[in-house]
Amino acid sequence: MVLAVLIAAVVFYVADFLTAAPAAVSAVTQNGTAHLTLQTMASYGHAPDPDWVTYMAQDQNGNWQHTTIYKLPAHTLVTVTLYQFDSATGLRNPFLAQVRGTQGGFAVINGKPVTVLNPDLASHTFSVPDLGVSVPLPGVPSNAKNTCTAGPCSLSMAHTTIQFGFMTPGPGTYRWQCFVPCAVGFYFGNGGPMQTIGWMSGELEVT
Amino acid sequence: MIWAVATAIVVPLVIWVVGPHIPPDHASVQSSDQHTINVVLTSLATPVLLFIWVYFGYAIAVFRRAGEEIVDGPPLEGNARVQLIWLAVTSVLVLGLATYGTVDLLNTNGAGDGSGQGPSPLVKPPSGQKVLQVQVIGQQWLWTFRYPSYGGVETPYLAIPANEYVAFHVTSLDVDHSFWAYELGVKADAIPGNDNVAYVKALKVMSFQIRCAELCGLWHGHMNTIGHVLTQAGFAAWIAKQQLDYRGVTPYLPPYSNVYYPPPSRRA
Amino acid sequence: MEAASIPTAVTAPPSTWRRQLLGFNVVLAVLLAVGGYALFHVIGAAIGKKALFMTETDQDDIATFFGLIGATLGWLLGLGFFNYPVSRILGRPASLREGEEYGAWRYFRLCTDHKVVAIQYFVAVIFFFFIAGLNAMFIRGELASDNSTFIQSGNYLTLVSLHGTMMLMMMSAGVLGPLGNYLVPLMIGSRRMAFPRVESLTLWLTVLAGFVLLGAIFLGGFPTGWTGYAPLSDQARAGMDCYIVSFSLIGIALVLVGLNIITTVMTLRAPGMTWNRLPIFVWGLVTTSILAVLAAPVLAAALYMAALDRTVTSSFFVPSAGGSPFLWDNLFWFFGHPEVYILALPGFGIVLEILPVFARKPLWGYRVAVAGMFGVALLSFMVWQHHLFVSGMNANLRPFYMFTTELISIPTGIIFLIGIGTLWRARMRFSVPMLFSLSFFFNFLIGGLTGVYLSDVPSNTTSHGSYFVMAHFHYTIMGGLVFALMGGIYYWLPKMTGFKLNETLGKIHFWTMFVFFNLTFFPLFAAGLLGMPRRVTSYDPSLHNLNVFVSVAAFCLGASMLVLLVNLVWSLWLRREPAESNPWQSKSLEWQLPTPVPAYNFERIPVINSAPYGYGVPDAPPVADFGPPLVRPGPVAAPEGGAA
Repeated sequence: MVLAVLIAAVVFYVADFLTAAPAAVSAVTQNGTAHLTLQTMASYGHAPDPDWVTYMAQDQNGNWQHTTIYKLPAHTLVTVTLYQFDSATGLRNPFLAQVRGTQGGFAVINGKPVTVLNPDLASHTFSVPDLGVSVPLPGVPSNAKNTCTAGPCSLSMAHTTIQFGFMTPGPGTYRWQCFVPCAVGFYFGNGGPMQTIGWMSGELEVT
Repeated sequence: MIWAVATAIVVPLVIWVVGPHIPPDHASVQSSDQHTINVVLTSLATPVLLFIWVYFGYAIAVFRRAGEEIVDGPPLEGNARVQLIWLAVTSVLVLGLATYGTVDLLNTNGAGDGSGQGPSPLVKPPSGQKVLQVQVIGQQWLWTFRYPSYGGVETPYLAIPANEYVAFHVTSLDVDHSFWAYELGVKADAIPGNDNVAYVKALKVMSFQIRCAELCGLWHGHMNTIGHVLTQAGFAAWIAKQQLDYRGVTPYLPPYSNVYYPPPSRRA
Repeated sequence: MEAASIPTAVTAPPSTWRRQLLGFNVVLAVLLAVGGYALFHVIGAAIGKKALFMTETDQDDIATFFGLIGATLGWLLGLGFFNYPVSRILGRPASLREGEEYGAWRYFRLCTDHKVVAIQYFVAVIFFFFIAGLNAMFIRGELASDNSTFIQSGNYLTLVSLHGTMMLMMMSAGVLGPLGNYLVPLMIGSRRMAFPRVESLTLWLTVLAGFVLLGAIFLGGFPTGWTGYAPLSDQARAGMDCYIVSFSLIGIALVLVGLNIITTVMTLRAPGMTWNRLPIFVWGLVTTSILAVLAAPVLAAALYMAALDRTVTSSFFVPSAGGSPFLWDNLFWFFGHPEVYILALPGFGIVLEILPVFARKPLWGYRVAVAGMFGVALLSFMVWQHHLFVSGMNANLRPFYMFTTELISIPTGIIFLIGIGTLWRARMRFSVPMLFSLSFFFNFLIGGLTGVYLSDVPSNTTSHGSYFVMAHFHYTIMGGLVFALMGGIYYWLPKMTGFKLNETLGKIHFWTMFVFFNLTFFPLFAAGLLGMPRRVTSYDPSLHNLNVFVSVAAFCLGASMLVLLVNLVWSLWLRREPAESNPWQSKSLEWQLPTPVPAYNFERIPVINSAPYGYGVPDAPPVADFGPPLVRPGPVAAPEGGAA
């Protein structure tokens, strides 16, 4: 009897672990380009961690999913539109304020092409180190009204818009992460959501 | 007897056949040095290994009970002479190794063994030699590199010129990392608040793997990149290109320093 | 004249199982632990609620720590550890013999019979060993692909950390617990350990620590590996608190076990058991205990600092606020290096104990062996910086630590010498315990020699932080200690449980474990030298085939461990064939007792005549006299606790 309880405990433990992974969202493909729509927000607003900063992605039906795993086609130009609802934290390493690895070497921020952002204005980055892609995302001004506190955020709230494109390589899984220490409350701002897939870091599954 | 023969056969095999394949390769003075010491250690370990294996093999084959009955062996309690000889031999081996290791470690011509020696390195390149300073910055989870003598430009790529002494100043912005340039034989922990100096002199033009060798969080295993050893001219062209590519962001970088304490550091 | 009253078990009428269920036992402990966690969590949350970072991070470390402390208190309360102090304070006479009545419920509560505690330890250690082993299977499953696949990087790190921490925690007590507690009193001719209640306390703390560590999963896991390096530990989620608390509990348990063993051996030896006649296994445990007592408090101090850093934002390990990660590194490894010798020394003790029995020869060089063990113990405190050779430590110190680390291979070599000498002209029988002991030498040789590579600074630069280190310590700890522990289990379990273990299954277990262990870990030396760092999910694709091979071998190794489980279940539960009292024909004291060992161990405390290695001498006198003349004729007071 005791043995059965112990074995059940073990099995539960096993199941808990293996099932812990967010579902993937596919980019929308149109005319040979794939398109990905993302948003970042200061606090997720829902369980399990309502105060954690996070990314969300829009799936093919236009619904916002809480995941950071994106399926992209190989050898394709991927255009990304990112709505950024969080305020600025600043970069730990100002080097990452440079836009790298994108089509044309710039990103369109609020309609204007930008190659280097002021590091103090950065709220997050979208960086894929293995592909050399890194785009800093500026924050919403600190005196903005109507800020988003819980996801998914709507475009009527204060935000900045960033658009850029990059080419995907051959098939594989490539990690991406944010480089702004935006996990408030953790040492160096790099704990919690910064280190948890599904929040501020994720994978690109290129097929 | 068996042992002596086995040793005579295997040790030369180890040294000349297996030896050259023992990592790391001869890409730099440092990795060459490590290679030599690995070969030496292996050649010394092999006779010891063979001795124990041969003895135990012999004992298991010969010193077993004859039949079903449990019969006692001779009541040998110890032999002071054998013990002393063993102690003497092992002590000589060990002390010899320690001395060899120390001498090898302190040899200055090669500027050390490629390991991180901390902020005040003991073994440096001979004075008067040109040493290129490269700062290796580890952060979660990316390596960037700063060249103080080229305007403090920071780049996510590493290139060094061949046949020139390079001093890596390894530091971190957040948690412990470890800069491991595999083919160069360089390994230096990146500890925040610490300037860990490792010297290398690469011998040929090649590319080398860079990995992180200290657990630093989620993407520790993915903090990999490729570094290059270029010719002098190639390096000059490369660094000029880096300065051009990153001229937009260089003004925003903090002044070059051995250690950085960028905010945020504490909790809110 | 009546013989001195034999202290028997308390002969109260056996309680019904319902009354047992409601008494102080592990069921109540679990309930009170959960309750204590909840209560203290609330208190902790109230204390910490002013800290802004708690709300921003969605984790309340103060509440978690308080909760875990509350769980510990509830656990100990539920088991009845406070009964004796409380009844003494209230002036009521309390029994020192609680929980010694017969019945299966003894195993689920505080029991002061050292044999019962040893069996409890055995079950706990095996249970957690298999959980940690299951983790290892998942790790190898993930590593069969060269990028993260079915286990994501974050969960993978928690798996690795749990595997390492659980194995190290449990294996530190792996020999001291089951075999030490059972055998030390029997081997020295005593009826009990010096501190029976403390003995039970160490067991229940160990069990609690194991479950607290598993609880880390529910709090987000922890990413630092068993070494808990700061400042990554400061950054981690609440699962790190579980690591800190559980490792502290193990630290406390280690100190207590060490003190218990040292005191027992010093004070409770039977007449005639001089230091020269002490079994080598006991010497191994005494040296281990010295290490445990001296090293574990340093770990507790370091963990406490980490806890403070995480809760009240002190800056022990944060450089920008004046601290240093080197502080953690040095404190941890000052404990960490003796810790690995806490793991290795009992292995030496078991093997040197088993070898004479199956070689039918006395232990060759007994005094030298003891000297070797003490040499290892002493030197183990002087080598810890070899874990930090490339970390930027003071370069002037590196030759010194290289020297001391190389030096430690001399006493270790002495153990090999003793083994060699004992086998010279022996008459070996290859029963399962002997097979495991012989394989110990094979494995530990490889482990030890690769340690010499790592002790040499230039070579360390090649292999630090890579799979070479991983293979080295698995060879020494698993190939050394775990193989020796298996040998000890097959050797002593018939005495401990009274049932024979199946010899065929044992041989199958040995051969599969030996072959697959070497197939799993030997290639990993190559993987490390070819550039694969530790604790990674993604590695160079050229190493893919090697890793697939190793993963397959590892699965087979896991399967071989299942053979052990099958053997245990088959022999101890299903078949239950009674064991003879001395199946191995050993001359050691514990084998001269009937099987199963009576509750009071010895009817009369024996007088020891010789060391237990008197093989090869025909007509040798028995090792002990079990019916010595009474020392002092006359009325003898009945021992406390009542007699028949």
